[in-house]
Amino acid sequence: MYKIVAKRELAPTVKLFEISAPLVANKAKAGQFIILRIDEKGERVPFTIADWSREKGTVTIVILEVGKTTRQLGAMKEGDHVLNFVGPLGKPAEIENYGTTVCVGGGVGIACIYPEVRALKAAGNRVVSIIGARSKNLLIFEEEIRKFSDEFYIATDDGSKGHRGFVSDILQTLINTNKHIDRVITVGPPIMMKVIANLTRPYGIRTVASLNPIMVDGTGMCGSCRVIVGGETKFACVDGPEFDAHLVDFDHLIARNRRYVEEEALSLRNYEEATSKCRKL
Amino acid sequence: MPEQDPKQRVKNFDEVPLGYSLDTAIAEAKRCLECKPQKGRKICVDGCPVGIDIPAFVKQIKEGNIEGAIHIIKKKNNLPAICGRVCPYEDQCEKMCVMGVKFEPVAIGRLERFAADYERERGLNVPEKPVSKDGRVAVVGSGPAGLTAAADLARMGYKVTIFEALHEAGGVLMYGIPEFRLPKKIVRAEVDYVRSLGVDIKTDIVIGKTITIDDLLEEFDAVFIGTGAGLPNWMNIPGENLSGVYSANEFLTRINLMRAYNFPEYDTPIRVGKKVATIGGGNVAMDCARTALRMGAEESYILYRRTEKEMPARIEEIEHAKEEGVIFKLLVAPTRYIGDEKGWVRQVECVRMELGEPDASGRRRPIPVKGSEFTMDVDTVIVAIGQSPNPLVPKATPGLQTTEEGTIIVNEEGLTLKEGVFAGGDITSGAATVILAMGAGKKAAAAIDRYIFTKKCG
Ligand SMILES: Cc1cc2nc3c(=O)[nH]c(=O)nc-3n(C[C@H](O)[C@H](O)[C@H](O)COP(=O)(O)OP(=O)(O)OC[C@H]3O[C@@H](n4cnc5c(N)ncnc54)[C@H](O)[C@@H]3O)c2cc1C
Ligand SMILES: Cc1cc2nc3c(=O)[nH]c(=O)nc-3n(C[C@H](O)[C@H](O)[C@H](O)COP(=O)(O)OP(=O)(O)OC[C@H]3O[C@@H](n4cnc5c(N)ncnc54)[C@H](O)[C@@H]3O)c2cc1C
Ligand code: FES
Repeated sequence: MYKIVAKRELAPTVKLFEISAPLVANKAKAGQFIILRIDEKGERVPFTIADWSREKGTVTIVILEVGKTTRQLGAMKEGDHVLNFVGPLGKPAEIENYGTTVCVGGGVGIACIYPEVRALKAAGNRVVSIIGARSKNLLIFEEEIRKFSDEFYIATDDGSKGHRGFVSDILQTLINTNKHIDRVITVGPPIMMKVIANLTRPYGIRTVASLNPIMVDGTGMCGSCRVIVGGETKFACVDGPEFDAHLVDFDHLIARNRRYVEEEALSLRNYEEATSKCRKL
Repeated sequence: MPEQDPKQRVKNFDEVPLGYSLDTAIAEAKRCLECKPQKGRKICVDGCPVGIDIPAFVKQIKEGNIEGAIHIIKKKNNLPAICGRVCPYEDQCEKMCVMGVKFEPVAIGRLERFAADYERERGLNVPEKPVSKDGRVAVVGSGPAGLTAAADLARMGYKVTIFEALHEAGGVLMYGIPEFRLPKKIVRAEVDYVRSLGVDIKTDIVIGKTITIDDLLEEFDAVFIGTGAGLPNWMNIPGENLSGVYSANEFLTRINLMRAYNFPEYDTPIRVGKKVATIGGGNVAMDCARTALRMGAEESYILYRRTEKEMPARIEEIEHAKEEGVIFKLLVAPTRYIGDEKGWVRQVECVRMELGEPDASGRRRPIPVKGSEFTMDVDTVIVAIGQSPNPLVPKATPGLQTTEEGTIIVNEEGLTLKEGVFAGGDITSGAATVILAMGAGKKAAAAIDRYIFTKKCG
């Protein structure tokens, strides 16, 4: 059992959990993830390690509520426990002094990019961060990321904060104004990462994306997480989750992530019915 | 042995063979001729990779002393209810049985299962704690190899900790072999028995990620690696990454370990269509094809590139599959999968095969017949063409060397090329059997005992 030692609501559907898992905290590096299972009947779900403290033995994750498991998790409180918590999984991000590195985070991907922003800054990069969400109340980790960035931009779909539009618009502007960019790192919804990859490809800017396929074990045993990179099949849980964005078949990733939409909808409906009944009682 | 009716059993996940009653068990045991040992060796025991004293335990059953029987079995085998269900006895102990020359061999496997079930159903017999020895051993992986090495070492008196990556112990027994062949409560009971010997099992720890082998060597006197052959093989043909194409591991893990057959009560989903094709001809393929029927498939096909004679699956498994309605398409191999606009598999294109000269495995080589391609409509495909050794630990461990096939190199005692590190089971042999993994675990436990003794006293 792994105790939730702290919980913070960052936005109505975005929550931060600090979970006691000393062995995981001990080895955690930027770019890696964990897999947790809430209870006996639960699914194994992956989340990026957003932060960690080796001293306190805790690992921080930030979750966006999208379906049954993330809602159930979102309803948990400080002092509660999750049954399983395993990691750190995946390869750590490549962190070096590349020169100018642009970090592009979208939605809950903002939390995932935070440890990379910090590590890249520490490695001596000039860090340009671009974060984006549908609306201002979904923006997270703004102050944390700003703190480690040399330049910092915000985009919201509805224009409630920063640029009205997409993170890719800002990146395009940076490129158009002849800003020298050595590397781009992007974490967010697959469609956003695809747009970023398409944007940087003609300029030959090395671009890395952190992929989020559906997983089960996270140790290379099942092949649920297979993605196509440069025409080859890779297992994102052990070969990634970060890959050369210019080589990733994003359309394949998007199609495979829709494998269980109907089952997921049923699960969520059942969960909502059960919880609303409880509230009425 | 009585079995569930095929028409009924394809609708449930309950165990297929129902087990012996006390009377049938005694009657079966009475068929044993109690052959005289030849040059001090008992021939049936020679066929047992863990060396159970078979004539002695069968004799106890004959006399109605089931506790005596299980006591004898457990001297060598800590997982008898598991082995009594999944061991390929027809190729091992029962193959050696003299009764088998003229009649049916004595059903040693079923008797083992009976004795183990009899004891478990009446409450587990916890053995007395052995004297403690000075030494600590880490075991990586909780499959049959790891469980056996751990149990033997604990009995010798060592302090043993098993580290398991998944959330439940048991390895393939838990995530691979289906409930209807090996009920999970039986695996749990035998894992609990290993715990009762004093073995500490820590789940949720991926060695090579959470803790490295080198970390373990700082805390433990020796390490045993039993991480299995968990890497699914693919044919690398077009369309293999379409939705609806599963590896056997993913398909079985979702269903067995994650209980997707109880979705939505359990959260993990699986999608099994109406026409399911399983590629392969081994036990794993049979398990998948039979599981697909239980998940509601209307047609469940086995596509195999040779003939039934060459199938590596146990005859009993092939028979069970046929009784349940699995359709065998032999001498065919898939060449590509064809998907719809949403990326779901809809068809498989196959080519017919014919058998040529024997290949390295001694089986006749399948050769594609030019121009014989045909397509079949399918909505689910399960690729069950074998597993390779799991590379995670070797990759993360300097000094540990592997062969080209990815198996960890060990000497005949199970010692790797890295000081203090031993290995056994599927990770050293490639995908094999439960009992061979157990045999390797036993051998390594004995070698670890000698190693620690020399290190401390020598
Ligand atoms: C390496 C990695 C890191 C991730 N990091 C984060 C993170 O930091 N924060 C965060 O909020 N989310 C993260 N995700 C996504 C997160 O795992 C899914 O949102 C979550 O599993 C959804 O579960 P659910 O039951 O709430 O939703 P569901 O209704 O089951 O699914 C909603 C969507 O989530 C995805 N999904 C479903 N099951 C899984 C699964 N087992 N594995 C992966 N994706 C799945 C699918 O695209 C699906 O359409 C990450 C995913 C991966 C692979
Ligand atoms: C579907 C199926 C059906 C089968 N049917 C039969 C049968 O009927 N009869 C028979 O005799 N054999 C059968 N087999 C084969 C048999 O199950 C295997 O040979 C046997 O389980 C191998 O045992 P093992 O201990 O070497 O490895 P495994 O059982 O594979 O166990 C390895 C364990 O190590 C864990 N692990 C892996 N990497 C790490 C890590 N880095 N850190 C921590 N833990 C790790 C895994 O999670 C797993 O629990 C079958 C196999 C399958 C897949
Ligand atoms: S999640 Fe199973 S192989 Fe990656």
